Amino acid sequence: MLVAAVPLAHAGEWTGDAGIELRGFTGSPLDPVQHESNFSVYLQPEHYHDWDDGDQRFVIAPFLRVDQDDPERSHFDLRELYWRKSFASAELSVGLKKVFWGVTESAHLVDIINQTDAVENIDGEDKLGQPMINLSLLRDWGTVDLFVMPWFRERTFAGREGRLRPPFYVDESGARYESAAAEKHIDTAVRWSHYLGDWDIGLAHFSGTSREPRFVLSAFGPIPVVIPFYDQIEQTSIDLQATKGGWLWKLEAFNRSGQGHSFQALAAGFEYTLVGLFNTSADLGLITEFLRDNRDDPTIVGDKDIAVGFRLAFNDVQSTDLLAFSGIDLDTKERFSSIEGSRRLGQSWKLSLEARFFSNTKPGSTLYTLRHDDYLQFSLAKFF
Amino acid sequence: MRRPEKSLFLFLIAAAIGFGPAAADEAADKGLSIAREADQRDTGFGDASATLQMILRNRHGDQTTRQMRSRTLEVLEDGDKSLMIFDDPADVKGTSFLSFSHKEGDDDQWLYLPALKRVKRISSSNKSGPFMGSEFSYEDLSSQEVEKYAYQYLRDENFDDRDHFVIERIPVDKKSGYRRQITWIDQEEYRVWKVEFYDRKDSLLKTLAFADYKRYLDKHWRASQLDMVNHQTGKSTTLRFEDYIFGNGYADDDFNRNSLAKAR
Repeated sequence: MLVAAVPLAHAGEWTGDAGIELRGFTGSPLDPVQHESNFSVYLQPEHYHDWDDGDQRFVIAPFLRVDQDDPERSHFDLRELYWRKSFASAELSVGLKKVFWGVTESAHLVDIINQTDAVENIDGEDKLGQPMINLSLLRDWGTVDLFVMPWFRERTFAGREGRLRPPFYVDESGARYESAAAEKHIDTAVRWSHYLGDWDIGLAHFSGTSREPRFVLSAFGPIPVVIPFYDQIEQTSIDLQATKGGWLWKLEAFNRSGQGHSFQALAAGFEYTLVGLFNTSADLGLITEFLRDNRDDPTIVGDKDIAVGFRLAFNDVQSTDLLAFSGIDLDTKERFSSIEGSRRLGQSWKLSLEARFFSNTKPGSTLYTLRHDDYLQFSLAKFF
Repeated sequence: MRRPEKSLFLFLIAAAIGFGPAAADEAADKGLSIAREADQRDTGFGDASATLQMILRNRHGDQTTRQMRSRTLEVLEDGDKSLMIFDDPADVKGTSFLSFSHKEGDDDQWLYLPALKRVKRISSSNKSGPFMGSEFSYEDLSSQEVEKYAYQYLRDENFDDRDHFVIERIPVDKKSGYRRQITWIDQEEYRVWKVEFYDRKDSLLKTLAFADYKRYLDKHWRASQLDMVNHQTGKSTTLRFEDYIFGNGYADDDFNRNSLAKAR
């Protein structure tokens, strides 16, 4: 009734993309039930609808992947399903949302609101929709975001037949929680973000269920089974970027308590862009980042690492670009390398290539468990 | 405050190309006053929005198109603020670009990447780089502030039944992709009709032609079509502006990181 009375200022539309993905692994699997190669398809449509002179918006963005081998990777999620109302200097959103915090490229330390959809990709950039009430206060002195999150999303993991998993099986259905309320624990967060001249800054505090689980062994056998354990944590973080000409100076750091001993983690570095490389229209960005996590745990990736890489943007009609970097652990000399490239084909197709390599791995580390999982991935997506 | 420095710069250029200092000063003053007059005549537009279509052609004549929308807020004491929303090609749909231009120093720029929901502050030092793979560079499309150039009046010239001032302008910013630009400004309405861009080696790089000027709010002239031809590569780009709307009532709040992330 109300809807009928409101003039539809902007009729919404369905957009999104769908694609195929082919992964080929260079090494034979550690577990014989795993496969040499893998094929999957995905669909992620998005629909939004604005009304009330643009002051109200409804967004729905489902995601579906169907995987040839791994039933855990075949999954459906609502990345977004929310309603937002804008006021003079505030905004209220209710529903499933995705929120990104941070500035660095090789790690996303302070980005804590959404759970990682780890079965999608090991880069930690795919996120599950987080149920929340989010109030944003827009002031001259910055934006204050308040979050109340009434339902926790568990991290996703590859199943038995999936690659890029540890040599044990993660039993997600047996997940345990420090809080008696389990996944119904109400998590809260607050963040202030602003920019001052060349500086962009964010200060945040999160109180609630850790997005990063610890693992508890639950069954021995040829393939041990572990269950994820989610602690209650307090995490205070900063993200900072200074943009000085061609230089971007970046810092992300946090202090976390509640997950064993209190600990700190940091990612800091720079990206310097060389414009018009060799008299062409290509730009080359040189990236160096230092990672530190002072937990005494050999399975932590990025405990004392340096990541060095480059981003090459051809600035051509097809938007061809390439991002390559290599991270090395300064203590163990273990190395993780990644190359990602993409190019538009025609007006609405995109071809992407991705390669990831784990080298010089040492027993006991996370990279060691992935030592046979070097892969090359090809994907082709249609955007609509 | 910066004037003594500026005149010294012009003096050196004038000396190098053989004019006497007096003549050079006169030409510089006249060039600057024409640029100021053109700027003054467009002052007070407040805000504007438009739909942009870009047609990119390679040397074989193959075409690709881009679709964007722009929103601009006039800032009187500094450079304008603008927000660009990308609609096509589909893989960049939802990407948006926020820019605060400044009369002096680097512009502030942020990019919103919808797949990650990430607002990213980006370096504005790539002003000479191509915008969306087109023949327009970022600096060609950024807010044209008087302070961004040093000027030199060259001559009068008549074409298409209009009298023009021909002005040379030299970018102040060392990161500019150009050594100099020659602009043709009509003497009646102070509209730019043509710009020749000379690269860092002083070779003719590109020519930009403006067409189909329309007047908005009885005062502000906007060209409906811009044609940029790159003489060195044979590529060209046509930029069409449609649906110009003035007086949208935009405020500073419509041009910040929050509005960037929710722009559609």
